[in-house]
Amino acid sequence: MSPAGDDFKGGATTGLSHVARPGVDTSHGPILYLEDITVSFDGFRALNALTLTVQTGELRCIIGPNGAGKTTMMDVITGKTRPDSGTVFFGQTIDLTRLTEPQIAHAGIGRKFQKPTVFENHTVVENLELAMKADKRVRASLRARLSPAELTCIGEVLDLIGLGAEGGRVAGTLSHGQKQWLEIGMLLMQEPRLLLLDEPAAGMTDHETARTAELFKALAGEHTLIVVEHDMDFIASIAATVTVLHEGAVLAEGPLDAVKANERVIEVYLGR
Amino acid sequence: MNRCNRLATVVAVCLGLLLTLAGPAAAALDAAALAKLASEDANERMEAIDAIAAGGDEAAMRVLTALQDGLLRVTPKGQVFIKQRGSLLDALTGAAVETEPEDLAKISINNRMRSQVEGVMAGLRIFSTDPKQRLEAARAIEPEEKMLATLDKALARESVAEIRDVLEVARAASQLRSGDTGARLAAITRLAGSRDPKIKTLLLALLETDAQSRPLEPDARVREAAADAVRAIDRRLMVYDFAQRLFAGVSLGSILMLAALGLAITYGLLGVINMAHGEMLMIGAYAAYATQSLFRARFPGALDWYLVCAVPVAFLSAAAVGVVLERTVIRWLYGRPLETLLATWGISLVLIQSVRQLFGAQNVEVANPAWMSGGIELAALALPWNRIVIIGFALAVLLLMWLMLTRTRFGLFVRGVTQNRAMAACVGVPTARVDMLAFGLGSGIAGLAGCALSQIGNVGPDLGQSYIIDSFMVVVLGGVGQLAGTVYAALGLGVASKFLEPYIGAVPTKILILVLIIAFIQKRPQGLFALRGRSVEA
Amino acid sequence: MSAAAAFPVPGDESLFSGRGWTALVAFVIAVTVVVPVLFLAVPETSPLHLSAYAVTLAGKILCYCCVAVAMNLIWGYTGILSLGHGLFFALGGYAFGMYLMRMIGREGQYQSDLPDFMVFLDWKAYPWYWSFTDHFWYAAALVVIAPAVLAFVFGFFAFRSRIRGVYFSIITQALTFAFMLLFFRNDTGFGGNNGFTDFKRILGYRISDPATRAALFAATGLFLAGCLVLTRALVRSRTGRILTAIRDSEGRLMFSGYNPLWYKLFVWTLSAVLCGIAGALYLPQVGIINPSEMSPANSIEIAIWVAVGGRGTLLGPLVGAGLVNGAKSFFTQTFPEYWLFFLGALFIAVTLFLPRGVVGWFVARRAAPGAQGPEAGKVTA
Repeated sequence: MSPAGDDFKGGATTGLSHVARPGVDTSHGPILYLEDITVSFDGFRALNALTLTVQTGELRCIIGPNGAGKTTMMDVITGKTRPDSGTVFFGQTIDLTRLTEPQIAHAGIGRKFQKPTVFENHTVVENLELAMKADKRVRASLRARLSPAELTCIGEVLDLIGLGAEGGRVAGTLSHGQKQWLEIGMLLMQEPRLLLLDEPAAGMTDHETARTAELFKALAGEHTLIVVEHDMDFIASIAATVTVLHEGAVLAEGPLDAVKANERVIEVYLGR
Repeated sequence: MNRCNRLATVVAVCLGLLLTLAGPAAAALDAAALAKLASEDANERMEAIDAIAAGGDEAAMRVLTALQDGLLRVTPKGQVFIKQRGSLLDALTGAAVETEPEDLAKISINNRMRSQVEGVMAGLRIFSTDPKQRLEAARAIEPEEKMLATLDKALARESVAEIRDVLEVARAASQLRSGDTGARLAAITRLAGSRDPKIKTLLLALLETDAQSRPLEPDARVREAAADAVRAIDRRLMVYDFAQRLFAGVSLGSILMLAALGLAITYGLLGVINMAHGEMLMIGAYAAYATQSLFRARFPGALDWYLVCAVPVAFLSAAAVGVVLERTVIRWLYGRPLETLLATWGISLVLIQSVRQLFGAQNVEVANPAWMSGGIELAALALPWNRIVIIGFALAVLLLMWLMLTRTRFGLFVRGVTQNRAMAACVGVPTARVDMLAFGLGSGIAGLAGCALSQIGNVGPDLGQSYIIDSFMVVVLGGVGQLAGTVYAALGLGVASKFLEPYIGAVPTKILILVLIIAFIQKRPQGLFALRGRSVEA
Repeated sequence: MSAAAAFPVPGDESLFSGRGWTALVAFVIAVTVVVPVLFLAVPETSPLHLSAYAVTLAGKILCYCCVAVAMNLIWGYTGILSLGHGLFFALGGYAFGMYLMRMIGREGQYQSDLPDFMVFLDWKAYPWYWSFTDHFWYAAALVVIAPAVLAFVFGFFAFRSRIRGVYFSIITQALTFAFMLLFFRNDTGFGGNNGFTDFKRILGYRISDPATRAALFAATGLFLAGCLVLTRALVRSRTGRILTAIRDSEGRLMFSGYNPLWYKLFVWTLSAVLCGIAGALYLPQVGIINPSEMSPANSIEIAIWVAVGGRGTLLGPLVGAGLVNGAKSFFTQTFPEYWLFFLGALFIAVTLFLPRGVVGWFVARRAAPGAQGPEAGKVTA
């Protein structure tokens, strides 16, 4: 049962994903540097000399109209798309443009897709198990069993994402909002330093949205979060720094109120 | 057979014409040589043939034709006559003889003599009144010293430049080993302009050495000139060889392109892997066969034009099968490519077996129309008509398809559905109808390809199977969703195959090409011309 | 430890728990024992006696079952459809076939030390790649090594450049087609058109002896049981869950830090090796191997066995291989001209109406009427 998009052929993976996870050097403050990133698809510039810096422990929201380059930016950070030019550094030392997707995940970047993407034929617990930070090589996985500590960890995350009673359920049968939560839970199991979240609150009830905002606020500090959202109320509730993207470049950046008052932003995005 | 007969008639008419024109006065035959034709000694008889051929022209031809046909009669005294229907001619003069002499014996001819006669006769035809025949004869001349006299004579009266050219080359070739150094050098210079491998062999013979690697040719200047000439010919041959292979490659490429264009629509645009695509080719080829049979039975007079009718028939029959398949099977499988692959494989099995039941398991014969047989001789290049027609046909199909996709409403719909099915449906594009028609179009083009294939290869139930893998390779290499990729990939694969084949053989070529494709995909996973876009979430 | 957790712990049940599963292995082993007994010990007059033909047919189908189990690993669980598995099967057969050819000794038509086809082509010595194939254990190792190396190298390049889905299927088909052409040639040392045949003995025993036949059959049965245990162990391990995750959402898996390349390569190579061994077991029982085993049609037929039985289930491949090959024997004997119609219709019908195969359908019906659950397939897994 392969989904339709399964047979696309992406860029070549090279090298091994088995490198030991290098520590992220955030001694200078920022955890992520994007500099002069340009990506074009058949003449269309999805990202146009985008430069963006994210501080360690920050909770950053990215907004912008459709086609502003939000998802492409995430693709570049996670190694799915290679930029035509520009550099992406994770901390001071890790050049993300040289790593493959699994290597970037190992380095400590987790990503939640716009459309919730979980392993539909696995149970909730199995989903968390697969996401869990562990030795992810073939040989290790052949004999891997969950240790009591790992079980405890899974139990905690299950409770945190409100799926404590659903551990044995097959993920495909969960509701849209529950899948969003499960994917967030999987991200937490990965223990990443940086979380990229593409529209995490989409399809959630107001109550769930509020809980998500709480969770994000709790995670910020120890983790760094980049959240792409359209929901201004949600952004207001997590009270974050906001970056507005437009035509592949940064249009404005600052606290939500300042951004909201920005003439250009109103013109291209918020509407008068 | 027909052609031979016609040729014979032409020869006979020419001969008659010559006879009346020239009359007995032209007879320069040697009576002694004639008499020797009846000699007991085989060598003597063969010498006599040469002597007759060298001596004369029209009369000689008459005698030799009669000899070939077993019409020569000889009296015990050595007088030779030609026995024709109802009359007897004097072989020497060509005049009719009133009273038949007694004791006429037939002059028999054995196989060795027969081939010798054929050889010299070919030489004699250079005196024919038909320029076409003269050219043919001039080309067929075996360069030998003894031909010089004949060639000189022919050159003296030849006025057509093209024939003169051939005759001069033949003369030069005949002169290589005779006469003074000056003439030989001139001959070699003349031959250096040739591109005939046979001439090259002749020149190479001048460069041969004996066991002690001493040159057999004593004259150093001749050797040098010959070596230069060989080099010049080699260069020219290489160019022609290159051109010939390029043509073969483009021809193969155009066939691959025809076969893959349909796939480019069904796979590239609709995302349907149609393993029964090869069988659409087969249906097209059998449609051509059926049309031919119908013309044979009903309109034998227009048989040469059956192909014109077969093209739409092939398109429509394959398209109809395609539409039926889309409606009954494939539309239930959109978005499940692997299942589609298996189901269409099943369809291909059913189609193959159906054709076996209908037309038999043996190959059927689809003949080229007369206007497509033969070919153009462009300098040393042989370009068969059927190949040329198919290249043109492929271009025409490509152009039509391109126009259809870019200039029509249907094309707009297809492109719209390809890019965003849901959106297209929202703005009122009847997606199901578009799918059906696009699939029919892809299948129909495969039918056209099959019709073209019927003109160059065997038509049998397994026809499609031999093309399906190659066409998929074209699509994989070319990348999905664009016609340009398919065109370049098809031509590239065709030309590459034809250039590799002479060096490493057909099967290793296939394997090497596969390896190259896999290697290429390492570098450009999307194929030659893939659309790059914001990644789809997988 | 699972008692402490409030949820089912993945992979926590033991390898041989589950009644259906134990029954399956028991059944395979029972067949392995019973068929040789009916063949050797029951007198020919008894209605229970099995003919040599029946034993050969049963052995052949068991070999096909092994191939189907291997195919199921790569397609059913990992979602990679190979249309080139016939190649690995044939490679195993050829590797072992050369051993059998050399065991003919001077009993061939030309009474030479070389196999007949080499004498016929005026070869004076074995080409280098057939060196040492007169040693049983070397040949047996070659049965594993040849498909493994080919699968690994091909898989590495194909998976590395992320050739997926139908692209991969088509390229594997081209691969087996290319090899078929290569093996068809007389000058490549694989016996050309005729392949390898006319075997006389194996490990010193005459191949036509009933006891040898029975032993070969039993070996095949044991190997099949082994394949099943291996599949079950693999599917229950975390590796198994990762393989299924590759099938369902390779992108998510990559962003979770796994490199699918090595997992795919592992299961692909494993599957090729199982096929190779099945081919080696098939050869002495059937007595001939030629390049048509590598034809694309043969490989795609393997896929339909698995599809008919049910992808991603343990029992499915066995059911499918048995049903389809049973039908094939029936048709080719009684209505040979309708076999292709039947097979073609089967391809279409299964994909349209029985996407989960026979076993998957039964399981889904039993598991929960009305609930179309992805979990349905898991019951037997």
